[in-house]
Amino acid sequence: MAAALAAKEGGVDSVLILERNENLGGILPQCIHTGFGLQYFKENLTGPEYISRFITKIHDLEIAYKLETMVLDLTPKKDIIAVNEYDGILRLKADAIILAMGCRERSRGALGIPGTRPAGIFTAGTAQRLMEVEGYVPGGRVLVLGSGDVGLIMARRFAMEGAEVKGVVEIMPYPGGLGRNLQCLRDFGIPLYLRHAATFIHGTDRVEAVTISRLDENGQPVDGEEEKIECDTVILSVGLIPENEISKKAGVELDPKTGGPLIDENMETSVEGIFACGNVVHVHDLVDHVTQEGEEAGINAAKKVSGELPRLKRRVHIMAEGNVRYVVPQVISGEKPLTLYARVKEPSFNVKIKIGRGISVRKRVVKPPELVTIDLTDERLRKMEKKGELTVTMST
Amino acid sequence: METSVLIVGGGIIGTAISRELSKYDAKVTLIEKEADIAFGGATRANTAIVHAGYDDKPGTLAAKSCPEGNFLWSRLASELNIPFKRIGSLLVALEDEDVRVLEELMKRGGINGVPDLEIIQGRELLQMEPNLNKEAVAGLYAPTAGIICPYEAAMALAENAKQNGVQVLLKTKATDIVVKDGEARAVQTNRGTIYTRYVVNAAGLFADEVAAMAGIGDFKITPRKGEYAVYDKDLGELVNHVLFPLPGPISKGIVVTPTVDGNIIAGPNAYDVEDKGDLTTTSSGLEEVLKGAYKLVPELSRVRDAVISSFAGLRPQPSTGDFIVKSYREPYGFINVAGIKSPGLTSAPAIAEMVANILQEEGVNLREKSDFEPFREPIAHPIRDVNPTKAEEFLARDRLYGHVVCRCEHVTEGEIIEAIRRDATTLDGVKYRTRAGMGRCQGGFCTPHVLKIIARELGVPVEEVTKRGGHSTILLYSAKRLLIGERDD
Repeated sequence: MAAALAAKEGGVDSVLILERNENLGGILPQCIHTGFGLQYFKENLTGPEYISRFITKIHDLEIAYKLETMVLDLTPKKDIIAVNEYDGILRLKADAIILAMGCRERSRGALGIPGTRPAGIFTAGTAQRLMEVEGYVPGGRVLVLGSGDVGLIMARRFAMEGAEVKGVVEIMPYPGGLGRNLQCLRDFGIPLYLRHAATFIHGTDRVEAVTISRLDENGQPVDGEEEKIECDTVILSVGLIPENEISKKAGVELDPKTGGPLIDENMETSVEGIFACGNVVHVHDLVDHVTQEGEEAGINAAKKVSGELPRLKRRVHIMAEGNVRYVVPQVISGEKPLTLYARVKEPSFNVKIKIGRGISVRKRVVKPPELVTIDLTDERLRKMEKKGELTVTMST
Repeated sequence: METSVLIVGGGIIGTAISRELSKYDAKVTLIEKEADIAFGGATRANTAIVHAGYDDKPGTLAAKSCPEGNFLWSRLASELNIPFKRIGSLLVALEDEDVRVLEELMKRGGINGVPDLEIIQGRELLQMEPNLNKEAVAGLYAPTAGIICPYEAAMALAENAKQNGVQVLLKTKATDIVVKDGEARAVQTNRGTIYTRYVVNAAGLFADEVAAMAGIGDFKITPRKGEYAVYDKDLGELVNHVLFPLPGPISKGIVVTPTVDGNIIAGPNAYDVEDKGDLTTTSSGLEEVLKGAYKLVPELSRVRDAVISSFAGLRPQPSTGDFIVKSYREPYGFINVAGIKSPGLTSAPAIAEMVANILQEEGVNLREKSDFEPFREPIAHPIRDVNPTKAEEFLARDRLYGHVVCRCEHVTEGEIIEAIRRDATTLDGVKYRTRAGMGRCQGGFCTPHVLKIIARELGVPVEEVTKRGGHSTILLYSAKRLLIGERDD
C-alpha cells in the first residue's frame, strides 16, 4: 500500500493493487500485538492500527484494488493474468509492476522433523490467523519451535488465552527474537530451551508429545540428552521464505542468499519496470523499514512510468561475505546516497563493516534478528572504490 | 444389512474390485474402517508407479498380474478421467559389472510378457536423462512404465463403483466374521452386522487379521515401511522417466521419479516394523532416501532446500512371498486378496478381474449390467490446470472457481466444494481430492479457509472438522474457552 500511495502521489493516474487475501493489509491485520510504527509514526501501534492508517489513505486517494484476486502469471513484458470470483479471468497490462507478495512460512514438511503426522501442527502465522481472525485457540498444551519474533509472540498469545505453553525450543545458543518479545517468556514463566531441536513428533490422531534433544556445536542431537514434552500442539516459527513464484514467472533474477529478487538502489529488479519491496525482497524485522522500501519503490515506479527513471548505467554489485549473510540492495550506482540493509549470521560486538576497501562503518552491536543499516552518505560514496563488484565484510 | 459380496478394505485393491464387480448384476458392499477411501497405510503412500513388470519372479501372481494390470490402466485411467502418464522407466547400472543384472531383468521381463524392453548405453542414456549420474553405464528402458496418483485412482474407482450401484460404507470396521456350517455368513462391524454370501478380504495391512476372523491362518502380513521425500514443483523437469537403481534383496530400491502432479519424489527405503500403524518418518530414513536419490541424480544434492515434505508408507509384505488371491473350501465364501505389495498398484485392475473370475467359479452368476456407466467425471481444476480460456467456461458456470483458496496449488473454492460433495468430510479428504495443502507452504495459508468451507458445507461447527477422522480435530477450543469454560478434552 505504501508503494501504491507513493506511486499515486508521484503522479501515476492508474494504480491498481491486486491482493489475494480477503482484506488489504497483508499479514498485519492478524498481528494484534504492539511495536508497529515506532519509527514511522513515532507511536507504538498494533498491526491493525498501523495498517488501517494506510487503508484509509488508499480510500482517500481513491486507489483501485481487487481483493481475493490471485495473480496466475506475469511476463517480462508486464502482462498479467489474474483471477477472482467477480471478474473471472483478468488480463492486464502494466507500465510498471511492484512486487510485494511477502513471505510464506517454512513448514514441518520442509524441515523434515521426523515422527507422525497428527493434527495439531501449525506454523505460527497460521495459528495466529486462527486465533486473531477466526477466533479459535488451536490447542491447550503448546510447544513452540523457534525463538524468533513470531514464535515468541505466539507463545505469549497462547499463554494469554489460557493455554499451557510448555516451552520455546531454539536450535541456536541464543534466542532469535527482539528483546521486547523475549520478555513474554519471563512474564509467563515459559521455559526457553536453547541449543535444542525437536527430533520426533508423537501422536496418532492429534499431537501427544514432542521429543526434543540438546544439540552439540555442530548442531547434531546429543545421545542421551532428550526430553519428551507432552503437548497437544506444535507451533513452528522456523523461518520465513520470500514468495517469489510470480517473480520467477516474470524472469526476475533472484538472490539465493535472500530468496528474493536482486534489486538495485531504485528497488528495480533485473527486469526493467518490475520493482520489488518488502518481505518479498528479504525478511524484515520492522514494518517501518518495509513501509519506507515500499515508498521508495512507488516513487521510482512513478518515475519509470513518466520516463524519468532510466536503468542504472553504473552497476556496482554488492556481495556479502563472512558474518554478513546478505546485503540489500545488491546493485548500486554509487552516485546516489542510500541505506544498505544487511543481516548478520551471528551476534557480534564492536564490529567494523567494510564495503570493499574504501568504506568502513563501525557498529557497537550486531545480531541476527536486527537488520543492520549502513548509511551510504555522499561522503562515504566518495571513498568508494571504483570497481564493478564490492564485498561487504565484517571484522571485530 | 444384507449384501451379496462384501469387500473388506477401501484401498486400491478393494476399490478396483468394487469397480470391476459393479459391471455386473451383483449386490456389492465395500467397507472401509477409516474416514475416507485410501486413508490406510499403503494405497496413499507409495511410489505411485505403474510398473512394467520385469521385476517379479516368473510364475508368481505378481509376475502374471503386473504387465496385465499395466496394460489395463490405460483404458481404466481414461474411463475414470484420472491422469496417467506412461513416461517409461530406466533401471540404471552405475558399474560395468551391474549390466548383467540389466540383462537378467530384461530376460525376466521377456518371460513375463513385458513389451519393448531395451538396454540403452551410456551416451543415449544421458540424452534421455540429462541429469542422470554421469557415471551411468547403461539402463534398462521399459517404455510401458508410468506414473499415476494412487489415492486419486482409489477414490475415482470407489466413485465409479458407487455410480454403478456399489454401496460404500466408510468408518466401518470389520470386528469379526460369522462362519456357520463351514460358510462365511456375515461380517460383524462397529456399525452392525452385514449378512453376505461372499467376503472378499482386501484389508491390506490387516488382511491376516481379517482372515483370522474367518479361521484362516495360512499367511502373515508384516508391515514393511518405506519413506519418501517430496520436492517442490519448482524443480521442473529435472527427471523425465522413473529412475530405478539396481533392485535390492527386499525392495526395488530408492527411486527418483516425477509424479503425475509435477513434483519429484525420492524413495522408498525398506525396513520391517512392528506396528501396522507406524507411518512415522525418521531422520536416518530421510538421509538414506536422499543419499539414494543423489546417487541417481547428483543435482538433487544441491537443492536440499527444495524438499517440501516427507512421508512414509507401509507395504503389506506377505509371509508367502507372493500375492495371495484365492478362495477357500473351508470356510466357503471367503476370498483372500492379500499381501498385495509392490507391484500391487499396477496389478490392481488385473487382480480385480481375477477376483471376478473366482467369484464366477464359486457360483456367483455375474450377469453384465446393461446400464453400466464406465465414465466418471473428474473433479475439475480449471485454474490449477492453467488454461485461462478453458477456465473462463467454468467461471461462467460457477464463479466460485475464481476464488483461489490454496495459493500454492491454485485450488479454488469451487473444487473444494465439489470435493466435499463427493464424499470428502475431512481436511485430508479435501487435500487428496484437490491438492489443497500439498504445495510448498503445506497448508499454511489455506488450512483456515478449507476448515471453514468444510464446516459450512457439512453444517458442522469448525471445531468438529478433523484432519482425517477419529480424534484428529484441528481446533481444540474456541476463543476464551480455556479461560472461562471447561476444557473439551
